[in-house]
Amino acid sequence: MKVLTRQEDVHQFRDEILALSGEDSSHCVQCGKCTASCPIAPEMDLKPNQVLRYIQLNSSKPVLQCSTIWLCASCETCSFRCPEGIEIAIVMDTLRKLAIEEDLATGQKQIVAFDEIFLDSIKRYGRVYELGLVMRYNMASRQPLKDAHLGPLMLGKRKLSLLAHRIRGRATVREIFRRSKRFLGK
Amino acid sequence: MTESSQDEKIEILTHSEVSEVKGFVGNFDVTIRKKARYINETKCTGCGDCIEKCLTFAPNEWELGLGKRKAVYKPFAQGVPNVPVIDRQVCGHFTTGLCNVCSKICEADAIDYAQEDEYITEKFGTIIVATGFDQFDTGVYGEYGGGRFKDVITGLHLERMLDTSGPTGGHVIRPSNYKEAKRVVFIQCAGSRDEAKGVPYCSRICCMYTAKHAIILKDHVPDSQSYIFYIDIRTAGKNYEEFYKKAQREAGAVYIRGRVAKVYEKGDQLVVRGADTLTGEQIEVEADLVVLAAAAVPRDGAKELAKILNIPHDTYGFFSEAHPKLQPVESVTKGVYMAGACQFPKDVPDAVATTGAAAIKACSILSQDELTIDPKIAYVDPEVCSGCLNCLQICPFDAIRTEVVDGKEVASIVQSLCHGCGNCASTCRTKAANVRGFSDDQIYAQISAPLFSKGGEER
Repeated sequence: MKVLTRQEDVHQFRDEILALSGEDSSHCVQCGKCTASCPIAPEMDLKPNQVLRYIQLNSSKPVLQCSTIWLCASCETCSFRCPEGIEIAIVMDTLRKLAIEEDLATGQKQIVAFDEIFLDSIKRYGRVYELGLVMRYNMASRQPLKDAHLGPLMLGKRKLSLLAHRIRGRATVREIFRRSKRFLGK
Repeated sequence: MTESSQDEKIEILTHSEVSEVKGFVGNFDVTIRKKARYINETKCTGCGDCIEKCLTFAPNEWELGLGKRKAVYKPFAQGVPNVPVIDRQVCGHFTTGLCNVCSKICEADAIDYAQEDEYITEKFGTIIVATGFDQFDTGVYGEYGGGRFKDVITGLHLERMLDTSGPTGGHVIRPSNYKEAKRVVFIQCAGSRDEAKGVPYCSRICCMYTAKHAIILKDHVPDSQSYIFYIDIRTAGKNYEEFYKKAQREAGAVYIRGRVAKVYEKGDQLVVRGADTLTGEQIEVEADLVVLAAAAVPRDGAKELAKILNIPHDTYGFFSEAHPKLQPVESVTKGVYMAGACQFPKDVPDAVATTGAAAIKACSILSQDELTIDPKIAYVDPEVCSGCLNCLQICPFDAIRTEVVDGKEVASIVQSLCHGCGNCASTCRTKAANVRGFSDDQIYAQISAPLFSKGGEER
């Protein structure tokens, strides 16, 4: 049971998210439009409006441990439709960052690993190197032969290539990564 | 108030009540009981020496018991007329017969222990009822303490505390230890929307005054925190939703959607356990002060007053309007109008609006030389009337009088009171009473038309 004690500043978590993302969760009136709009809501353990509700009640743990923030596809339908103009997708992004920082994304290791490998691929080649991504992800998730039977088929249809393609503006992409890290204070 | 008390066309009778109303619109004979205040109004200068010197204290009703008053007192500073009243129940002179301090001190010689209730009867054209509302007794809620915890108060108590000229000088304190309250939990719908223990209707005013309290509380005590348990927030009114959002955003009030199951003491603080239906979990909040938004209910004695005025009321005791949409301030008794929350719970803008409407309705009817009424009312043929006067008993509007025609006492209808209900017509054995446009013959003709052909054969 949530207990709001005298020592606790009930707005602390909201203020933290506000400082990181510029989005004020206390503006949420709990109308549920985000949940109604979300294509992935049926798969989520906490619905998007509940995520905001927990922020309002200063309950960081359920929010940082939930599957919701990792299942969020950042399609931004919620942000677009929110009557209070809250950029919920940005709040989700901020929560992902906090979850990694506080090492609370324990239940979603595979999703975190995929995100890291995916971004690493972009950083190196400027685009996704599919075969490399699949192999690295399979190794990371300890299922090396997962979907292996599809490999020759896709190679034959030229959907996969053995070697990575590199785009021309790789330096620009690296610069984007460098700047965004600086923006996030790293 | 002072301005209207000085207007020569306005006479204010305070400490008085209407004991009888006779007659009809334009000709009401109203008997008013002027209760003895034991102070001569014409002599009293309002200096307040008697109040200062009085030795007896009593709980202050105006401050809802949060403060004390003397046995001779004025309910509140701005009240008119500026004349105190002696509370006979507690005054030393009346209880023991030994004290007469106020009488000795009064330079104007205005104290009159022998004063008695006075009855005056005057004629009035119209009547406006504006008796207001009372707060629901939240003592029925054992789960909120049922009156056991001193720090569980109602919104009206907090309203008095927030008043800078109130009992605490504007400080929000815990009545148990007089320390400043920093964490305040508001519980909405204490009595409202509760068919089991309270009243089924929504009291309409609580959502907004609670938002106001949260904002003022933050203003008075910047490091305070309010929590508001609610079922629904109802902010239907101009700028109301914006005001509610201000309570959330600027005053930082935390709204929790769900009812409270229990308030209990833990150490020297209260703990409120409720549900947060938005997360579906139980929640507990530590609190210094718990404020109940008690339901608005009709005034004590509203039903008795309705009987005196001959106006209907609903099951709760709120006075009923003649038509909910088209005659919202008129009662069914012509010439009696309603203003403010005696009709149903109203906030200040609504009360002011209905009061204006009632006043203009009351004036406009008096400014006419002739009264226009509905033509479909009853009449009695004095030649046929046997004088049994059964109709007199049955008339719900008290619209039948007797008159003597050719030496015979017969019934006669007061046209301005009759509503054309037809009770007298159906009761009348001699068929002397009829409603215009609905006489027995006319009704028979209407029934016969579809049933019989012209020749009188059944169709």
